[in-house]
Amino acid sequence: MDKSKGATPILEVRDLHKAYGKVKAVDGISFAVREGSCFGILGPNGAGKTTAIEVIETIHEPDSGTILYRGEVVAHSFKENIGIQFQDTSLQEFLTVRETLELFSKLYPKPRPIAEIVEACSLEEFIDRDNRKLSGGQRQRMLLGIALVNDPDLLFLDEPTTGLDPHARRNFWRLVEGIKARGKTVILTTHYMDEAEYLCEDIIVMDHGRIIEAGKPRELLLKHFGEAVIRVPEAAVPSGAAFGCPAAVEDGFMAFKCADTDASLRELVAAGVNLAGLSVERRNLDDLFLKLTGSGLD
Amino acid sequence: MKKFWAVFVARNLEFFRDRSTFIFNLVFPIVLIFGFAYAFPAGGGTTFKIGVVGGMPAAGSASDVSFLHYKHLQFVPYTELATPLDRLAHDQIDMVIDFTKGDYYINEASSNGYILERMLGTAGSAGSGGAQAGVFAKKTVSGTPIRYVDWFVPGIIGVNILFGSLSGVGFVIVRYRRNGVLKRFKATPLSAFEFVSAQVLSRFFIVAFLSAVIFAGTDLVLHFRMAGSWALLALINVLGILCMISIGLVFSSRIRSEEVAGGIMNLITWPMMILSGVFFSLEGTPRAMQVASRAFPITYYIEASRAIMLDGAGLAKVAGDIGVLAAMTLVFLAAAATLFKWE
Repeated sequence: MDKSKGATPILEVRDLHKAYGKVKAVDGISFAVREGSCFGILGPNGAGKTTAIEVIETIHEPDSGTILYRGEVVAHSFKENIGIQFQDTSLQEFLTVRETLELFSKLYPKPRPIAEIVEACSLEEFIDRDNRKLSGGQRQRMLLGIALVNDPDLLFLDEPTTGLDPHARRNFWRLVEGIKARGKTVILTTHYMDEAEYLCEDIIVMDHGRIIEAGKPRELLLKHFGEAVIRVPEAAVPSGAAFGCPAAVEDGFMAFKCADTDASLRELVAAGVNLAGLSVERRNLDDLFLKLTGSGLD
Repeated sequence: MKKFWAVFVARNLEFFRDRSTFIFNLVFPIVLIFGFAYAFPAGGGTTFKIGVVGGMPAAGSASDVSFLHYKHLQFVPYTELATPLDRLAHDQIDMVIDFTKGDYYINEASSNGYILERMLGTAGSAGSGGAQAGVFAKKTVSGTPIRYVDWFVPGIIGVNILFGSLSGVGFVIVRYRRNGVLKRFKATPLSAFEFVSAQVLSRFFIVAFLSAVIFAGTDLVLHFRMAGSWALLALINVLGILCMISIGLVFSSRIRSEEVAGGIMNLITWPMMILSGVFFSLEGTPRAMQVASRAFPITYYIEASRAIMLDGAGLAKVAGDIGVLAAMTLVFLAAAATLFKWE
């Protein structure tokens, strides 16, 4: 094992290409993932997220490019170190959740005890049910359990919460946080900006097979939407007052676009503006996404 | 109704656009119909089968009796006398005429033999001379007639093995590939070889078990004739099952669509069932059909099983069939190993 933990990225991808016919699904992407972090791959449908992640998982051969695991080109043993939850997958039929976990557990040399998996993914209540008779959230938890049977250091989750209700999504996030708490690294593709914002330390945004933006969610928001928008009812602003940031009247509200929210609020207070009815609107990753890709997420 | 119609149209489009499936569904029945027409020519089947040794006599010769020109009699040539006499003893043919010695043989227990003997006795010369047909000396054989079911049972077990192996391995792997089960396995350290051999072994035991149950269960009632060695019969069954499973592996190695798999399965199974003597003996069928039957492993399986069960054949007699089955299995397994793809 690498002693310089943290220095060498657990995963590094260099200039990865993968085309299907004329479609360049992955068109030269490079990034590095820090050990113990959650790395988010964002992008609209067809951006190449799934292809990218599946090439990295060695499910598909790349056309060109390098994938390094702990500084070394991935070898056959890579599969023993990673866990994968595919976007959609089928399992052998007529097996219970426990039997399914046991089946996969037996495919690895050093499996984690099933009891721990059951605990970590909250599978107790349906452990002996046929794996086809699970709810969406239960099924995703079972698939996560399968991805964890070998106690992987690196976990790939491909849109794990798509189609889940808000409650099930929150539950799933909790499980992912538990995995991170054990020092594991997670690579996650998602459609949901709140998910990326909540779970991921680093993100890349993909479109048309390329990385169009990379960084930490907050830094990216600051970079693209430096200003917050402060709104107060127009009537609350004393006439003739002047402010340091641009202001405009919208639907009876005075809207200030300011780079420094703190300074602007102090300015408003100093000007004697009545702050009842004040709102501060921050742009989120959804807005960033729309700005970058020029399209909605769904 | 609108929903129904939309689904109906979409399904039709899918079918016609999936060209390989479409071709199978169209071409296969046509081939089948032609096949039947060829195997059973106009005028219906043959009522009587007569084995002939020494070739048919030249026209106008003393042996050329009018009997040889009667309609609805089928004359099947043999090179030596032992084979047709054995068949006669088991009631699989009705009469044997040995033109080299001028003898005819019938089975005393056979009603067809009796009728044919009357016909031969009253037949005149085929030529204009009108010489009487007293040229043949009568000889008889005796033996237990073999019931059709005794003859048929190796065939039906063979068909069961064929379907069990092809659908159980071939079809299932195609479905796994389509719905992503294979992909999920590919993400694990499991190798393709491990996966495939597990499938083969599992199916081997299932098919072997089912065949044994079918055989034993029907044997309780029907008491099949078993003249040979059980061990040898078991060996033939092991080889037969492995061979059919390996065929299943070959055709499932790449296909993603269950519909194509179904078409290919029909393409493999139907000719095999018709052309390898499952339901009727290939003796006396057109030569092309007999040659074609040699291409199918089930032919060798059935041939060897019948030889063991009906005639008590030993290892030496079925060694050829064993060799061919083993060789075919190896070839199919090698092809499957080369062609197999997870996706």
